[in-house]
Amino acid sequence: MSVSPALAAGTPKADRIDYSAFVTPGGDGACRLDLAIDGVTCAACIREIEDGVAGAPGLRAARLNYTTRRLTLQLDADGDPAEAVERLERLGYRAWPFTPSREEALESAQTKDLLTRLGVAAFATMNIMLLSVSVWSGNASDIDPVTRDLFHWISALIAIPAVAYSGQPFFKAAIRSIRAGALGMDVPISLGVLLAVGVSLWETAHSATHAYFDSAVMLLAFLLAGRVLDQAMRKRTRAVAGNLVALRGDTARRIDADGGVTEIPVLAVKAGERIAVRPGDRIAVDGVVEDGTSEIDASLVTGETAHEPVAPGARVHSGTLNVTGALVVRATAAAESSLVAEVNKLLDAALLAKSRYVQIADRAARLYSPVVHATALLTALGWLAFGADPHFAILTAVAVLIITCPCALGLAVPAVQVVVSGALFKAGVLLGAGDGVERIAACDTVVLDKTGTLTTPEARIANRADAPDDLVALAARLAQSSSHPLAKALMLALAREGRDTSPLAGAREEPGRGVLATLDGVEARLGSADFCGAADEAARALAADPDATAIAVALGDRRAVLTLRQTLKDDAAETVDRLERLGLRILVVSGDREGPVSRAAAAVGATEWHAGAKPGDKTALIERLTAEGRRVLMVGDGLNDAPALAAAHASLSPISASHLAQTCADALVIGDRLGPVADAVVLTRRALAVMRQNLWLATLYNLVAVPIAVAGWVTPLVAALAMSGSSIVVTLNALRAQARVRAQAPAPGPATPPRRVPASRTRLEEAAP
Amino acid sequence: MNVILYLLPIALGLGLLGLAGFLWSLKKGQYDDLEGAALRVLDDDDLPEGERPRRSDDGGA
Repeated sequence: MSVSPALAAGTPKADRIDYSAFVTPGGDGACRLDLAIDGVTCAACIREIEDGVAGAPGLRAARLNYTTRRLTLQLDADGDPAEAVERLERLGYRAWPFTPSREEALESAQTKDLLTRLGVAAFATMNIMLLSVSVWSGNASDIDPVTRDLFHWISALIAIPAVAYSGQPFFKAAIRSIRAGALGMDVPISLGVLLAVGVSLWETAHSATHAYFDSAVMLLAFLLAGRVLDQAMRKRTRAVAGNLVALRGDTARRIDADGGVTEIPVLAVKAGERIAVRPGDRIAVDGVVEDGTSEIDASLVTGETAHEPVAPGARVHSGTLNVTGALVVRATAAAESSLVAEVNKLLDAALLAKSRYVQIADRAARLYSPVVHATALLTALGWLAFGADPHFAILTAVAVLIITCPCALGLAVPAVQVVVSGALFKAGVLLGAGDGVERIAACDTVVLDKTGTLTTPEARIANRADAPDDLVALAARLAQSSSHPLAKALMLALAREGRDTSPLAGAREEPGRGVLATLDGVEARLGSADFCGAADEAARALAADPDATAIAVALGDRRAVLTLRQTLKDDAAETVDRLERLGLRILVVSGDREGPVSRAAAAVGATEWHAGAKPGDKTALIERLTAEGRRVLMVGDGLNDAPALAAAHASLSPISASHLAQTCADALVIGDRLGPVADAVVLTRRALAVMRQNLWLATLYNLVAVPIAVAGWVTPLVAALAMSGSSIVVTLNALRAQARVRAQAPAPGPATPPRRVPASRTRLEEAAP
Repeated sequence: MNVILYLLPIALGLGLLGLAGFLWSLKKGQYDDLEGAALRVLDDDDLPEGERPRRSDDGGA
């Protein structure tokens, strides 16, 4: 029931929120409110939450959905949920009103639709099988042909409506892909099912011994099971991602009348209020820039990738990203209308960005479906050429289509994805996209950012007494305008002292260097020693305290250097060690100076490090590694890491990362530990191995089954056995992956002793062309 | 063999009953929270308040 520190740090003591926008009317005078809950981690939480809110005035019932971490409140028509939310907060859970996005509602409806179709197909399969088994055993002994025909007609009566209803998703997709001029998996599936039913009808009408109704519906049932699993994974990812946006994405920093900054829910923002927007933050409301200049990334809203410069007077829209400078925006509209839209934009953009990667299942399907069609066609032609009668030739070709139908293929990948996304979630990694599994698994190099990734967000000021007080006060206010983790840490440290941290007007951030503003006509800077022209002071301060990181502040000619001490995350060294033993090459990259970077690298046992890297250098490093044929997993959290996160083959971000970094990352690491990074690599690698295994199993099955089908020996019994057998094997294999993963995921085994090599020095400048 | 003339409808009817049950449970939202259902069964909410085991590890997460 703990709230993650990242969230707690920014927990707003907000005004009362107006929940009316989220309350939807229900039956018999009640109304309903959905809350996303943070901090639900164990079985006991269910009871604690439900008991905790029970008895709040106006509350009729509360039920927690543990899968999606959402609480549904049933209220009296005039009930106020504020009391219930307050009780939750006292218990240590953060609750946030939530409206499911349109896409999510749509996906929910789709899952129910697929499940209904699966239910119908399964019912039909079972009942037809009942009849088929009788026919098969009767064929072996002495079934009366009249009884057999009756059984076949009853089978037809069950199969035809069942196929017409349950097969629709496949038929529709097949028609779409034929229109698009492509042969997806759905075409052979539809063709196989329809031909099987058609041929069986013809056979039945001619009192033949075999009918294939059971194969047709069984095929549909297995394939629908695969679709349901696939959908379930995406639905869960979307639900949790939606919760995250609700819990994290929707605070705005309101500038109060007294100049202080209060973090409030976006929904409490009223038109006319002034909002401070730091670089790297998403602009929460539509408004007009009052102060500051910056560049805006509107790619999520307009699709335009070039950054748009803004100055006082410019209009900005919610959902756009503030890139370079701190802004003060006066809201022109209240926020409710834009929130849902923003959630969808964020998610869709994340999904779209990843679509360039062709997933393993699609690659298999592309190879597979032409082969299937060609084999079936050649079988028919071959038998005709050898003088078989057309009836037998067609029947054999249909048998080939049915037997090759990718039952196992359709289950192979989704089953593994469901298993691994559940395991990842338990390990504290939230997968953004399904193909993230394949890409993370493929990585052979890890690039770790130092600040905020290897180290905790908190820091303390080591030389507090040395700096002049007015410069420290200035630093506190400048730091407020930066989204750099170091500046954030400084700001938090100073805020703990009770310093005024209201932002300075016109402050602008240069990513990776610092913040500058003008105070009474004098230039004020906060940032790296070079940026502030305080190299000498920094050198002196660091000579006294070599482990610290220096952040310089300058006002005109006066300069001061504050030294911050960062602490490594508890499990940083252990994680790096685990990653190394997994065979990954490890690089630590930071914009910080050599000293702290090399010491941090040595402390965690990383042998390669790059200091003084600007955002461009990080991207260049990743591109250089990619050119060497390496696949890079980037782990970073800052605004300056975002381009590198996007450039890398796969990327992870801590949940405390800036919005921009989160948008660029494939998966988010929940909590304040580094360990999940190693878990993610272990789990995804195993998942990829099982996916490959499954695809090979499906191929192997075809290698055995297809010759039998081509030879014309496939009776309905053989088809049924082969199909269910291969599907069950593939599903069981997917489950086996989780069992092994679970045994592997906890404590690192003492397989090889930790290897500590003295830090080698690789400077970025030497490597640059 | 005339027995199958009423055995078959009975078998199909039972199957349809199962299907109806499944569709009903789907509609009632019984598949909405599969993980929660697995955990709720462990809850001793059938015991009176005093006899329930104390949840001592609430903060353990």
